[in-house]
Formats: sequence, structure tokens, C-alpha cells
Amino acid sequence: MTDASTPMLEIADLHGYYGKSHVLHGVNLHVNAGEIVCLLGRNGVGRSTTAKAVMGQVVAKGAVRFKGRDILGMKAYEIARLGIGLVPENRDIFPDLTVRQNLMLGVKDPRATGRWSIDDMYALFPRLKERDGTPGGVLSGGEQQMLTLCRTMMGDPDFVMIDEPTEGLAPKIVELVGQFLQEVRKRGISILLIEQKLAIALDISERLYLMGHGRIVFEGTPADLKANEAIRKEWLEV
Amino acid sequence: MEFVAISLLNGITYGLLLFMLSSGLTLIFSMMGILNFAHASFYMLGAYFAYQISSWVGFWPGLLVAPLLVGAVGAAVERYGLRRAHRFGHVAELLFTFGLAFVVEEVVHLIWGKVAVDYRIPAELDGTLFTLFDTSFPIYKGFMMLISVGMLVALYALLTRTRIGLIIQAALTKPDMVEALGHNVPRIFMLVFGGGTALAGLAGVIGGNAFVTEPGMAAAVGSIVFVIVVVGGLGSLGGAFVASLLIGCIQTFSVALSISITDVFALAGVSLPAGSQVARLTITQLAPVLPYLLMVAILIFRPRGLMGARES
Repeated sequence: MTDASTPMLEIADLHGYYGKSHVLHGVNLHVNAGEIVCLLGRNGVGRSTTAKAVMGQVVAKGAVRFKGRDILGMKAYEIARLGIGLVPENRDIFPDLTVRQNLMLGVKDPRATGRWSIDDMYALFPRLKERDGTPGGVLSGGEQQMLTLCRTMMGDPDFVMIDEPTEGLAPKIVELVGQFLQEVRKRGISILLIEQKLAIALDISERLYLMGHGRIVFEGTPADLKANEAIRKEWLEV
Repeated sequence: MEFVAISLLNGITYGLLLFMLSSGLTLIFSMMGILNFAHASFYMLGAYFAYQISSWVGFWPGLLVAPLLVGAVGAAVERYGLRRAHRFGHVAELLFTFGLAFVVEEVVHLIWGKVAVDYRIPAELDGTLFTLFDTSFPIYKGFMMLISVGMLVALYALLTRTRIGLIIQAALTKPDMVEALGHNVPRIFMLVFGGGTALAGLAGVIGGNAFVTEPGMAAAVGSIVFVIVVVGGLGSLGGAFVASLLIGCIQTFSVALSISITDVFALAGVSLPAGSQVARLTITQLAPVLPYLLMVAILIFRPRGLMGARES
């Protein structure tokens, strides 16, 4: 079924809708196994909607294939159980539950042993260990970002979509998040990173897509994008 | 003293019974965002199922089986009714539960008739538990208390000590996120709806014979349960608990007080003109309206309820 040439995730001519408004106008992209791919663009161009459509959380038409299997129309929990993780932009921490309980909720099947344990997470982010019994709602923004990343990884996904993980964080924490993403890739997990800022995207990703008005307007390597100032000016910089 | 002690015991018993209803209602509301207008209908079904089962095989099997049956009916209603209505928004869901309440009432009419059925307290629980001064406290009230407190402890343990409880707690506020983490949220919804209606059914089993089992019982208790959920704060279990006990006590105390409005004002040193119809009303006569007055006051002065989290 899956060989090296089958992409981990393949999106073809994807149209997405919020009620009557048509948000995605035929998105095409793919992520290969073991790749970090960046989806860039300004706010409101449909990057988060693309991730939600993959997750089965918005009404969509077209094709979404995961490891060659058609997943469009499946329920969100079924998609998650196939091995897709989503780290949402708003972090969506469970505010009344403790850090440890939040992490436990990431586990899909308590009997299975995945790539990650709570101790792994605490070793990567010692700050979370200190906060073990603290309700998620009182954590700082940076701590919540670490928690939501770790919570999704606890579900042992093979492919994870991470929506603006560095937004509003101090440079030191951004660096920590970057190291974490490298660690994630080292364990063989493919990443679709949604970003607005170029810095981390150019640094970390192998390929990138630039999105504008609900479709992909540029596709290439970080070097290609660096060289193409016109595209950057039109679709990215303000 | 004696009056206060007995009324307090009665009030707490009634309040705990109300909490069995309001806890399910408030759990369902926080998770799905719908007020289940048919909630008290499941309370009524519990009483009628228990009556039917006890007429065949006795009270004790009914105590166990009737709530499970009601829970199964509730789960089926969620799975095959509400889940479909959900696609068309909250208004459709509200109308669905509203209609369901009428359907249940008519079905009860058809099967068991329009008058009260003879659902009685079992002989072994009929009698006096203890006598305080001159007033006796029946065994059955003690039994109701025991069952209610037992359920309360079990519900608390389930929600805070188990994995499924953790998932339910998380899904109360962020069902989409919980589903994206790979948990079968539609099934959790069905379980919570089934569990909530089973609790209402259990309240019907132990309340139906303590009061009366008749087709009007759902409407009678239903409005009180809504008052509790509003007073306690929509979506708050702790608030529902406090409000249940409060309303339970208000109702038992006010029913037992035979002093009139004139007397109450006299206690405060104000004498009302004699001969006024209103001034001669006793607190007992006002008892049915007191919970609603409390609700109106809460809505004016603290719209989110005693412990409610959301404004809307």
C-alpha cells in the first residue's frame, strides 16, 4: 500500500466552506514522509482552514489522501486515529484540567505504547514538569504552547499539522519550539507547519507553499523563495 | 427546633432528588449546548417503568432495571433523534426535545391511562426510621437520601477518577479539540445523554412512589428543575447542587409555614392594613411561586447564576 513514492499527505483541488462562504478555492499540496513542509501566508488566506479541512472539521470538497487513503468525509476522531495530529492556533488547552491530565487526554489508546511518554515530554520541556499539577488555564502563553504540542504528540501521530506555534512568543521560547520540531522530525514524523513569519520557515523546512486568497500561489524550496522578491512582496510582506 | 430539624431533613431529601434531575440536565447542557426540555419526561418514564416492573417482579429489580431502561431510551433518542436534528442547529434541537416531552406524555396516557397509578413504597421500607420529639421521619425518606448520596459519590468518582470522566470533563468545554485528539465524541455525547436520562429515571423510581405517579408529574417537576439550572448557573454541576438543596429547602419550609404575610411584616415591626386579601395569604399558599420569584431575582441581580460560567 504505502511505499516511498506515496506522499504522507496529498491534497488535490480542495474547496472549503464556512456556511455559505467559499474559503478554499482548489488547494493542491503534498507532504512526503519525513518532511517538514511550511504553509506560509498572511492571516485569513485559508491556511488554518486547510488544516481543519484535513482534520474533518470544515465542510470540504475535493480530495484529501493520507498514506494513499481517501479521508475526506471521515469524522475527526477517525482521522486522528489514522495517525494525523493537529496543534491548533488557539492552543485549546483544557483550562480546568492539570498539565498531566491535558497530556493524558492526548493519548488515544491507553494500552498502546507510542513513540512518546509523559517523561519524554518533561525531559524536553522541564518547565512542564514543574507545572505537572497546575491547571492548564493558569499557564503562560509559552507554557501553553509547549503543552498543546506535547498533548498532540502523546497521541503518537505519523503526521502533524502545527498552526502558528511561535505566534506571540518570546524569542527564547521560539527557539525551544524550533528544537522540539527537529526532535519530532528525528522520530520520523512528517510536519506541515503553518506560519506567517519567514524566519522559522526558511530555517527549518525543506519545501514551502505560499497561500493567497484560498489557493496556493507559490511552491518551492526556501532558497527559491529567498530569490523571488516579487512573490514575497505580493503575498507575504506587509 | 423540632420543626426546623424535620423540615431540613425533608428539604435535603427533596433537594437531593432534584439534584439527580438537574445534574443530568446541566451536564447535557454544558456538553451539547442544548436545554433538554424532555428531561423531566425521563423522570416520569422512570416512575412508570418502575411501577410496571414492580407489579411483575417487585420493587428491588425495578430499582435497578428501570433506570437502565430509561438510560437506554435516552441514548437511543440521542443517537437516532437529536444527532440528526443537530445538523439543523440549536433551534431544531430545542424543538425536538420540546416535541419529545409531549410524545412521552401521550404515550404514558395511552399505556397507563390519565389517572395516577398505584406505585407504592415497598412494605419493607414502609415505616418510621426515627421519631424526633413528636414527628416521625419515614424509613423511605432515609432510603431516598442514601440512594441520592450514593449516586452523587459515584458520579463524582466517575468524573474525576476515570479516563472516560476526564474525556467528558474536557468535552464539556471543547468537544472539537477532544475529537481532534482521537476520542469518539459522538459516542461520549450519547453516553452522557444516556447517563443523564438514567439519573432522571432513577429519580423517578424513588420519587414516583414517595409522591404520585401520574401523567402530570413531568410537567410539575420539569419547571422546578429548570429553575434550579438557571439559579445554579447553566452548565455548573456545583451550582446545580447548591441550587437543588436551596430550592428543596425553600419548598419544604414554605409549605410547612402557616404564618401569613401580615405576620411576617409584624415580625419586622411593620403592621399591614387589616382586611387586605393579599396580606392574609399564608406562606404555605405562596410556596409554589417562591422558586420562580427566586429565579426572577437571580436573573435580575446575577444573570449567570450562583456559579455559572457562561453569560449566555
